[in-house]
Amino acid sequence: MTEITRTDLASARELIAFRIGAQEFCVDIMSVREIRGWTPATALPQSPGFVRGVVNLRGAVLPIIDLAARLGFAPAEPTARHVIIVAQIDNRVVGLLVDAVSDILTVTDDLVQATPDVASEMAKTFVRGVLAIERRMISLIALDHVLPAPERDAA
Amino acid sequence: MDAMAAIKQTFFQECEEQLAELEAGLLAIQDGGHDAETVNAVFRAVHSIKGGAGAFSLDDLVHFAHVFETALDHVRAGKLAPSHEVLNTMLRAADALADLVRAARDGGAVDAQRCEALANALRALDPEAASDDQGAGDDDGLDEAAFQPVPIDESMFDDPPMQAEPRLNLFTIRFKPKAALYAKANETAVLIRELARLGETTIVCDASGLPLLSELDPEGAYLAWIIELLTTQDEAAVREVFEFVEWDCDLDIEGDAASAAPDAVDVAVLIEKMQAAVEAELSALTPPQAPQAGLADVGVDADQAVIDLAKARQQKMTQGAGEPTTQKSEQAAAGGLPQATIRVDLDRVDRLINLVGELVINQAMLAQRVLEAGLARASGVATGLDELEQLTREIQDSVMAIRAQPVKSVFQRMPRLVREVGAMTGKLARLVTEGENTEVDKTVIERLADPLTHMIRNAIDHGLEKPETRAAAGKPEEGLVHLSAAHRSGRIVIEVSDDGAGIDRARVKMLAASKGLIPADASLSDDEIDNLIFLPGFSTASTVSDISGRGVGMDVVRRSIQALGGRISIASRPGQGSTFTMSLPLTLAVLDGMVVTVAGQTLVVPLTAIVETLQPKIADVHGFGGGTRVIAIRDQFTPLIDVGRELAYRAENADALSCVALLVEAEGGVRSALLVDAILGQRQVVIKSLEANYRHVPGIAAATILGDGRVALILDVDAVVASSRMDAAFEQLLATAG
Amino acid sequence: MNKTVLTVDDSRTMRDMLMLALSDAGYRVVQAEDGVHGLEVLSGETPDVIVTDINMPRMDGFGFIEGVRSDDRHRTVPILVLTTESDAEKKDRARRAGATGWIVKPFDPVKLVAAIRRVAA
Repeated sequence: MTEITRTDLASARELIAFRIGAQEFCVDIMSVREIRGWTPATALPQSPGFVRGVVNLRGAVLPIIDLAARLGFAPAEPTARHVIIVAQIDNRVVGLLVDAVSDILTVTDDLVQATPDVASEMAKTFVRGVLAIERRMISLIALDHVLPAPERDAA
Repeated sequence: MDAMAAIKQTFFQECEEQLAELEAGLLAIQDGGHDAETVNAVFRAVHSIKGGAGAFSLDDLVHFAHVFETALDHVRAGKLAPSHEVLNTMLRAADALADLVRAARDGGAVDAQRCEALANALRALDPEAASDDQGAGDDDGLDEAAFQPVPIDESMFDDPPMQAEPRLNLFTIRFKPKAALYAKANETAVLIRELARLGETTIVCDASGLPLLSELDPEGAYLAWIIELLTTQDEAAVREVFEFVEWDCDLDIEGDAASAAPDAVDVAVLIEKMQAAVEAELSALTPPQAPQAGLADVGVDADQAVIDLAKARQQKMTQGAGEPTTQKSEQAAAGGLPQATIRVDLDRVDRLINLVGELVINQAMLAQRVLEAGLARASGVATGLDELEQLTREIQDSVMAIRAQPVKSVFQRMPRLVREVGAMTGKLARLVTEGENTEVDKTVIERLADPLTHMIRNAIDHGLEKPETRAAAGKPEEGLVHLSAAHRSGRIVIEVSDDGAGIDRARVKMLAASKGLIPADASLSDDEIDNLIFLPGFSTASTVSDISGRGVGMDVVRRSIQALGGRISIASRPGQGSTFTMSLPLTLAVLDGMVVTVAGQTLVVPLTAIVETLQPKIADVHGFGGGTRVIAIRDQFTPLIDVGRELAYRAENADALSCVALLVEAEGGVRSALLVDAILGQRQVVIKSLEANYRHVPGIAAATILGDGRVALILDVDAVVASSRMDAAFEQLLATAG
Repeated sequence: MNKTVLTVDDSRTMRDMLMLALSDAGYRVVQAEDGVHGLEVLSGETPDVIVTDINMPRMDGFGFIEGVRSDDRHRTVPILVLTTESDAEKKDRARRAGATGWIVKPFDPVKLVAAIRRVAA
């Protein structure tokens, strides 16, 4: 566990860092319920490309979001070595497909830098800041927009 | 005050039950059931509501309930005949009462004018009201005063005490109980004890009336007491102690205010004065005749001056007949035990149902693994598993039954709806219900109310003709709306029918064309025209625009039913009426399904939609342009829907000859054939929602977990059929435009 | 030892309120839903006081009081009736049936306890 020197323990929060391709990201650990290995998902017809399907999570139907595809990268080719981060978004529980989990970080707000001003859709929609840890750049992402919008009811 | 808040909730729940009983009872009386018990039940319902309302100071409700109760009391006492008109007034009053209850519960407002008008109408029913018509207002006031608990306080007539400090009063109380007092289980000792709590007392017992022990009736009353009471309380408080026994005793209270301020009174001196007065009284009485010995037997303690007659009575009873009172227990048995029920938190039931669902899945998974492990069917493990499956199904059925409720709870809101809609549209309508005890899962019932309400409103607003029109057509002026529920082949079928004019097909077709829903020159069968009313955007304007809701049409109704996994269809005969038939699954939690494969995916097709399965033959399959196909089934050409293509699992049509076709019937009775790769088997599956964690997927109703632990999607047959039709029409359009 | 009160009333709301007021005052409360049920409960309990409503299904308050009074075991149990009016006629009827006293609904918990104290040994 990498610990950053903290100025004030009370304002620190824990983040889970993971890898997608060559990049690293992290999310607030409060939204993470568990980490699982990859199991083949049942495809959902007529769904966006980043929705890989659904799997059985102890009796509940869990949608699996290919986070690489969602963030605008090439879709993942999942293998047994891939990881599913089971996260809670509002009152839904979803699975995020990533390459691997790399770290658990404890950071304070002052360590989160503003998102670099680049012309990237992904950056604008999902990134809430970046962290510099041991010369790595880890982007903090917010999960609110990860799920596809509810389908408008066709007449 | 948390406990009171909980009781208030209970009160409102109870009110709903009482209101339902009230309406049912009034309707029964109107239909001719004049028996005393129904009338009593109706009276008690209003009485109960009034009582509870009083406790929570819900004054408007209390006021109205009281007037209503009085009128019902007249019926109960046989002084007011329950004629049809009287009952109509009472039914309207019941509606108003319901509104008042709900306003009190939810904090809304009621039409005060309407309530007052109904209250006056109820008062006018008073058989004695004829003589004092003018005094209606005054009577009103008296009525309420009469029932408000105003204890009669004699001190009301006394001058209010001027002194700031509490005055000490000296009362001389002479108290001689009669036998009746004891018969009602009043106890002198208890009364004297309560008296003693008011201040200082000196008690002397006058036993002069005591006979010889041999002549003593333990239930008789022979004693009298003289009590001197020094208290700051007034005479009313003293009298209150004797409130219950006033009629059964000789009671004399003499008050004598002690002079000056408390601290100036020498209490010792006062007590001496008291004792002297008492002794004077005593010596004036005839000395006791009974010998000392006799008195001692009964336990007289000269100092205590109180005889424990209670003990004496007990002695008599234990000496006396010791026969067991079988009579009472017989009486109890004859009364019959009320059916034992318990109240359970709905959360617990839901959790139980989910757990049982998991059990079903696990049992299926276990069976699968056993099969894969290659254990022969004949082995003990396989038989054990079969038994497990049997047991699991039984548990599941029992648990489902817990949540099953009769549709009555939804049906019983309808009579009032019919009354109101009838009044608003100027039509005469009567509701007949059938099968209200048909049981359905609670989750389904709750979502039935809205669609049913709309359908009944429509039936009266659009279906039924005005009384004059009906009379001219030779029909009874009062239209009939029939609401029924029944179980049919594993589903619940609910019908709403009316004997009105039926669907005006010419008008419907014209309206649909004018709204662009169908091409102007389309040729449609009668059935197809009828089904046009289900199209979104169709709703025809109603005579009273606000009752059928703002733009709430049959399409919304259909969607609600479909969301429940059900179907709705219509049958109509011009001049005779229309019938809407809804078919719903018994429960939203499980489904009997056929497991099939389509393009390498495993899907589940609801068994209830499947009419038959067949193997397409080359001669039967025909192309129809634009990649669509039909299949001839017993000389009927039926659309052949390629499920794999429809769900975009593959782009090309499958080779029909190597597939299996499922003949399905969608809502409206329309038949299509679904082409799937292969049939794997049939099983009961637990329905898992996709919307919970994800969202609605077109063509898919829900998901389930199969024995191998994988998620399989449940096909929404109606949606797939509908979308295939749209595609076909679109493609045709392309072809013609091309 | 706490005194036991048997309350008989067909209204759940009323039963809850009686339970609240009486247990707050330190009494042990046993309940019944109507006259028939009340008599059944009495076959297994010996309450120190009974509080009963008048209007109930199956067997009303009057019938219940008569039933209680006709049983030797409970002849001397004080019975208080709940009445919504200070109607002399109803009170009289209750007394003739053997009621010991009465409490007017809606009841003030203080008055309820005072009434019980006046009849409970």
